[in-house]
Amino acid sequence: MSDKTMSAEEVVGRLESGMTIGIGGWGSRRKPMALVRALLRSGITDLTVVSYGGPDVGMLAAAGRIRKLVAAFATLDSIPLEPHYRSARESGALELMEIDEAMFMWGLHAAANRLPFIPVRAGLGSDVMRVNAGLRTVTSPYEDASTGLQETVVAMPALRMDAALVHVNRADRFGNGQYLGPDPYFDDLFCEAADTAYVSCERIVDTAELTKEAAPQTLLIKRHSVTGVVEAPSGAHFTSCAPDYDRDEDFQRLYATTPWPEFAERFLHGGEKDYQSAVQTWHTLDEER
Amino acid sequence: MSEVRSSEVLSDVTRAEYCVIACAEAWRDNGEVLASPMGAVPSVGARLARLTFAPDLLLTDGEAMLVGPDGTVEGWLPYRQHLAMVTGGRRHVMMGASQIDRFGNQNISCIGDWERPARQLLGVRGAPVNTLNNPVSYWVPRHSTRVFVEKVDMICGVGYDSAAAAGPTVSRYHSIPRVVSNIGVFDFATPDRSMRLASLHPGVTVEEVREATGFELTVPEEVPYTRGPTGEELELIREVLDPQGLRNREVRS
Repeated sequence: MSDKTMSAEEVVGRLESGMTIGIGGWGSRRKPMALVRALLRSGITDLTVVSYGGPDVGMLAAAGRIRKLVAAFATLDSIPLEPHYRSARESGALELMEIDEAMFMWGLHAAANRLPFIPVRAGLGSDVMRVNAGLRTVTSPYEDASTGLQETVVAMPALRMDAALVHVNRADRFGNGQYLGPDPYFDDLFCEAADTAYVSCERIVDTAELTKEAAPQTLLIKRHSVTGVVEAPSGAHFTSCAPDYDRDEDFQRLYATTPWPEFAERFLHGGEKDYQSAVQTWHTLDEER
Repeated sequence: MSEVRSSEVLSDVTRAEYCVIACAEAWRDNGEVLASPMGAVPSVGARLARLTFAPDLLLTDGEAMLVGPDGTVEGWLPYRQHLAMVTGGRRHVMMGASQIDRFGNQNISCIGDWERPARQLLGVRGAPVNTLNNPVSYWVPRHSTRVFVEKVDMICGVGYDSAAAAGPTVSRYHSIPRVVSNIGVFDFATPDRSMRLASLHPGVTVEEVREATGFELTVPEEVPYTRGPTGEELELIREVLDPQGLRNREVRS
């Protein structure tokens, strides 16, 4: 078995401008923020980002890296509206494929199953059809048993991606990823729907360690769908990574209320270690206040 | 609070508590389905229904757990299963609305032109799939002509006219049982499925509702008042479900 451990910089070194990149987690929950920060340090731009959007979308949009976004929403959860996403939209800075969150899920399923589309009862009757002129419908070849009708539904296209970035609690060196919180979100699907997938984790452990205390159902991501593994403690900060840590609400509030250039200058000027220590310093100063 | 004209109401019931009852009533006789409330008042309402007249309801903790009214975990419902439950139809959600129109089309995505909105809001979220697959009611804590509009800027939740126009696949499981606001309860029990005033919260007049609504509302000759809480319900709301009074912050008397 091959050792897939690498640094966040090495992950970003394998990405290119113009790619379609999927980002796991949900809203402000278990986002691969260390990988997003590495992406921000690189010159990579012109991205198509596929995400159940949170601060990943906000930061990449604020930095002008997103050409097109595929999303159903962008939110910080405890702060309902993502401020940088909001200003990007209001200034017309990015192209948007706005779809329903279930349509999004089926798009991932279609891609993971190498299908061109999945028929879904969603979107029709709503303006999702108006703002996505490319969405097509498909008529069932079967008559419904009770109505006799051949139903016409939306053909949700596969959301195939060049690369997926996800963050989990534990992983081994070979790419087996484990989540220990209450929700897997869609991280396994992101990995399966992408040509390459990079998993960051709080801690890399021996394979045998994974199931010593946790149930086998926590082994969400399988190594055959993973290209690289990055050990990134606090790698989801400031989003939540239960049970390792909760969302850093104070810091998230700072992020949401600080003009982007000022925030980037103060926290994103250096590497990941610099980021984590700048956060520590801010917390210490904040407590003294 | 303004004048209370119903003889049956308990004198010190707040407007928010009438709203809790109006929300709870949305889930009456729903059977064994998931009640998904968005907002403080609907959350108290769903748990009140579960504790009293709708004991078979399922509830979540707002994350991935199915819980009893006291928080006891009885099941696991991560997002992927939650979305599958929507399409299976065994769920009744009460969503918010930044805009809602005469036929129940709802908008939570953006204000203004979608291409470059004047105000970006949440996004369509799950409104399109919800409205085509499981019953969707709405909760509006501040009823005004800015929310109750002639035409929404972006149809997220599908209304009755849009569903009918889109054909039988769309209308097959489409249902908007009720809209609850801080001043009344509304439904679509009209021949053309346009919005109707179903009940007034005590202290509110038909004229006030008309003035706060940006479209022609059907108003029956006799409009009942929203029922008040029983003594037991009031005690549950105040002592058990919402001792911190979050309801009264969402809706002021």
